[in-house]
Amino acid sequence: MIKQRLKRIKAIAWKEFIQIERDPRSLSLALGIPIFLLLIFGYGLSLDIDHVATVVWNQDASSKTSRDFLLNFKNSKYFKITGYTDNYRDIERMINNGDTMMALIIPKDFSHYIESGKTAPLQLIVDGSDANTATIAMGYVRSVVSRYNVELLAETFNSKGLKPVKSLDVQPRIWFNEGLVSTWFITPGVIAMIIMIISALLTSLTVAREWERGTMEQLISTPVKAPELVIGKFIPYFTIAFFDLLVGLIMARVLFGVPFRGSYLLLFFLSALFLTGALSQGIIISVVAKSQLMASQLATLTTLLPTLLLSGFIYPIFNMPKFLQAVTYLIPARYYIIILRDLFLKGNGIITLWDEALFLFLFAFVMLSLAIRKFKKKVA
Amino acid sequence: MFERIQSILIKEFKQIFRDPRMKTVIFVTPLIQIILFGYAANKDITYVPTAIYDKDNTAESRELLRRFTYSKYFVPERYIFNDKEQNQVLDKGDASVVIHIDRGFGRNINADKDAQVQLAFDGTDSNTAMVVMGYANTIVGKYQQDLIKERAYAKGITGPVSNVDLRDRAWFNGNLISRNYYLPGVISTIVTMMSLLLSAMAIVKEKEIGTMEQLIVSPLKPIELIIGKLLPFAVIALVQITLITTLGVFWFHVPLRGNLLLLLLSTCIYLFTTLGIGLFISTVSSTQQEAMMSVFLFYMPAVMLSGFAYPIANMPKIIQSFTAINPLRYFMVVIRSIFLKGVGLEVLWIQLVPLVAIGVCVITLSAIRFRKSLG
Repeated sequence: MIKQRLKRIKAIAWKEFIQIERDPRSLSLALGIPIFLLLIFGYGLSLDIDHVATVVWNQDASSKTSRDFLLNFKNSKYFKITGYTDNYRDIERMINNGDTMMALIIPKDFSHYIESGKTAPLQLIVDGSDANTATIAMGYVRSVVSRYNVELLAETFNSKGLKPVKSLDVQPRIWFNEGLVSTWFITPGVIAMIIMIISALLTSLTVAREWERGTMEQLISTPVKAPELVIGKFIPYFTIAFFDLLVGLIMARVLFGVPFRGSYLLLFFLSALFLTGALSQGIIISVVAKSQLMASQLATLTTLLPTLLLSGFIYPIFNMPKFLQAVTYLIPARYYIIILRDLFLKGNGIITLWDEALFLFLFAFVMLSLAIRKFKKKVA
Repeated sequence: MFERIQSILIKEFKQIFRDPRMKTVIFVTPLIQIILFGYAANKDITYVPTAIYDKDNTAESRELLRRFTYSKYFVPERYIFNDKEQNQVLDKGDASVVIHIDRGFGRNINADKDAQVQLAFDGTDSNTAMVVMGYANTIVGKYQQDLIKERAYAKGITGPVSNVDLRDRAWFNGNLISRNYYLPGVISTIVTMMSLLLSAMAIVKEKEIGTMEQLIVSPLKPIELIIGKLLPFAVIALVQITLITTLGVFWFHVPLRGNLLLLLLSTCIYLFTTLGIGLFISTVSSTQQEAMMSVFLFYMPAVMLSGFAYPIANMPKIIQSFTAINPLRYFMVVIRSIFLKGVGLEVLWIQLVPLVAIGVCVITLSAIRFRKSLG
């Protein structure tokens, strides 16, 4: 009985393999897209903010004090002084055009204020459109200014013949991503995204095609049972997606130098769970949608966009409003991305990842049984 | 000619809306997307889960911690008492920063010695870590200045102390709300996806079912066929962008400072490129599955390399020059500038010219290919 079952599953899987092989363009896309995407995203995407384009209007250019102050910006890799100007109109134009991110305006009496022990107002204009970059850039300026202020205080102390001022140091210890390289953060997310899209899209469309062309009826009239059909269809796509995962893993390690600190065995096991869920989701979509056009729309809506925006891939989940955070629990990529990042960067084991693993298991189980049930219903 | 275009237009609209669920997909889902993603697309870091590890427990250490927790950013989620817990907290992601004050902190401060506070960050998300570090530096810096002032006062330095007062102002987005920046981007990605997918799939479908042959033997000229096929999707996309822009602006209070008409005009120009690419994809794919895959092959890099989430200025030079042929890159700047900066054609023509150029190239290329594939 079981032997016959396996035989039928094997036959379906074999048929599916042949069908994929006959459509070499789809196959090369399924294998080529991940490589292409990883290449450009791994090399291209970066959130490291340095060399912030800055224009300077030094109204007190004749004084040494102001020029010394500016040296702090010139010598920092975080700023890139792109030009000097002497009027507001230029600044406005440059910020409007996006030629500069910030404008630093040193007032006319800067040296006078500093030398006579007064407070010198320093004006900073930032293009706030990209709030995230602006916040980080403003943080850089603030720390330059506060360091300068401490120096000024130290000088005052010295001039009064007192001991130099004591310092209060912040000692930052960065864990897991010691160099704050954003590629290390982005690449595991890209892998998760690619796998999700490839698996859900590929299955939903191929199965939808069989419905559309009527070849599904032929399959149904054979002695193959619904679960066997689902699993048989599943195997080739599982193989392709798993291959994509391996390629992604190798590229991340070799090309982008992302460390892998966890266990490979755990990675493969949890990936298999995730793939099972994602592929089943693809089958469900194909059953619900009658046409390929509809299937593609549903696949985008339920897999691509949520994976892109609600999984924590780009936008941190803990920043979202509570109701949306609740929604993210339904996005399997959320767990998978945490798992990938933890395995790559933190080297965590199953002890810390058990709840994510549990959710993935639930996802796989629910989706697979739902896929089989939907399939049965449709066939009957 | 117009009569023929009209009749194919009517046929197209009928075909699109025959499936009642398609109506929902086209008009309702973009609205749901804009709401969901409008909430999600937010990088303002207003909540930093913090663990506190105070080995010193003196008035000074508590004062510093008070300053951390009184800032609205650092929310103490855990108090920990040994190094092992510190590791666990960061491993599990329960806190993204541990404020670690060693024994002797208060004593050092009172004895006028250098004192240290250790901050252990979860650097996994380098961007968030960077922002949080900025917050922490500001707080500690302020505390240091207050301490020095106190000391100066104690030593009898009462006169004014010179310092620089930073007055920063953010233009266009005064409160630095990142949603204002991302929402126009979300609008443009939704429109891109919809127009690409609908146009590419619809044409391939006719090929796959074989009805394309019927259209070819009809008296329709190729150019009429192209216009008749693409125009419905342009109309749908324009309706979509109006709907989601209206909803986005009213729901999220994102400022729309520029001219709405200019926005629609630029959208029309942009649609030339996306529909052209859709048409092109339909000529190179023989099945809908292939078309779908090709759409993704175009869509993913187009979004990622458009400056939507990852600033183009941060990319390596070679990739930056590669983005010059990405139409979404230009449209992204246009839609963001119209929303936030309120600038008009006098600034945006620099973006619109390449967009027109790309549009013309793409549409001619695919029209030629399309004619060939018919012949």
